Amino acid sequence: MQLVFALAGLCLATSLHAAEDGTAPSSVRYFAANCFNCHGTEGRATSAIPAIAGRDREFLLESLKAFKAGSKPASIMQQLAKGYSDSELVALADYFSRQTQGASHVAVE
Amino acid sequence: MSQLNEHRRKLLQALAAGGALAASPLLGGCAATRNHRSLGRVVVIGAGFGGATAAKYLRKWSEGRIDVVLIERNRQFVSCPTSNEVIAGNRAYETLVHAYDGLQKNWGVRVVHAEVTAVDSEKRKVRTDRGEEFDYDRLVLSPGIDFNFAAIAGYDETARQSILHAWKAGPQTLALRQQLLALNDGGTVVLSIPKAPYRCPPGPYERASQIAHYLKNHKPRSKILVLDANEKIISKTKLFADHWAADYRGTLEYQPNWQATELSATSRTLTNEIGDRVRGDVINLIPPQTAGKIAHQIGVINANNRWAEVDWQTLESTAVRNIHVLGDATLSAPLMPKSGHMANQHGKAAAAAIVEIFSGRQPPPTLMANTCYSLVDDRRAIHVDSVHRWDTEKRQLLTVAGSGGVSTAPSVEEGLFARAWARNIWADTLS
Repeated sequence: MQLVFALAGLCLATSLHAAEDGTAPSSVRYFAANCFNCHGTEGRATSAIPAIAGRDREFLLESLKAFKAGSKPASIMQQLAKGYSDSELVALADYFSRQTQGASHVAVE
Repeated sequence: MSQLNEHRRKLLQALAAGGALAASPLLGGCAATRNHRSLGRVVVIGAGFGGATAAKYLRKWSEGRIDVVLIERNRQFVSCPTSNEVIAGNRAYETLVHAYDGLQKNWGVRVVHAEVTAVDSEKRKVRTDRGEEFDYDRLVLSPGIDFNFAAIAGYDETARQSILHAWKAGPQTLALRQQLLALNDGGTVVLSIPKAPYRCPPGPYERASQIAHYLKNHKPRSKILVLDANEKIISKTKLFADHWAADYRGTLEYQPNWQATELSATSRTLTNEIGDRVRGDVINLIPPQTAGKIAHQIGVINANNRWAEVDWQTLESTAVRNIHVLGDATLSAPLMPKSGHMANQHGKAAAAAIVEIFSGRQPPPTLMANTCYSLVDDRRAIHVDSVHRWDTEKRQLLTVAGSGGVSTAPSVEEGLFARAWARNIWADTLS
């Protein structure tokens, strides 16, 4: 299932990139990791900075779009959101809405 | 190119070996590690924010199919971010200290505590002071900084017993705290800042605020004198200037264009290039910096004899092939700070690039964000942030026009975010 999701996310980002930006397709999981520093790995923070893993996709997307437009007050996201294209915001909302709250590890041999 | 083909061949072999990729849905369990042939071997030198992150994400994104050895001389991770709070007594030292166990336990990184003594970039071997040798396909080098004590006459080993930099968190963090505690009320603290670039652009100004906060509350007749080799406060300029004027007037004095060139440790006196002298009861002298020594030994230092230039698509050194350099040791991209946050992002960018290269694909265009919080007292913080994106035409990593910025003013809310940021980045880097 994860593989399917990952591929779906990749295809989505790829087509959106190609359609709107003309930029080379990039893998969502890599640039989604930009958000992990503050929001926790895969968005699973438990802190003053909110968790974004498993949140409603539309809520995440509308929040990101509003941050970018400057219509949703924030201390920092209104500045960072402006660094991403609209299609990337869609891909990020999609990615984080698909994450679960549980931890993901690579098991040791 | 032969490297690429070799990895493509390995990947095809792995696929043939058991219907590998397509058949295994998660690629995450023990079985995956055993059933899939390795995509390649990576040795990571240095387990700070850059190296530890790279090690974790190489394992995570390759689903355990890249073998990762992480070599670090220290037994524990000690965080520079938030260490200024410890100096002022606003945070416990123990909160800076973190174990490396999680990287081994959760991600299967082989953590080796040793000092790297030699790297053979032709044969692609790393040797340690314990006589071990490790082969690599790609090397990730995240050596942090070393100090150029020679730039300040008199800053010799004896002087360094009593004159501290505390610019690497650890014993010096606690020692500087002790010096502040021992200071008489009415005594002067001198903080000397080197010319940029150095590790953590806002860090010295945050430290000035933290020390001023301590003095104001515990040694009200004391002062901190900030001697800055730069022509102005180089980060969050107006925020720091306004906050100092509002909160630390009479406690904190700022002097730009003051570059320390000579130290007398016995009289605790600093001298600058035009012969001005300043005496202090505590002198916190931060020397100019360069990439960690091992980077010089390996031969990746090709910018001003101080930093490693990298291709910001992959973070591969422009001097030595198959070596990716991360963090403060790099010649920074335009407007990119030397920060722990940025080093974590470098680690992810390099991990992403290496996973793609080992899989016979093109690395994704790099996209990184930075956030630096500064605690200005015991509760309030300010921030600066930026977004950096690979420009395919200019072939440079550039900030995105219109993005990024700073706080409007110090706030308690951002103080809470700053502390949450620290906890979250430690976890993202180490567990």
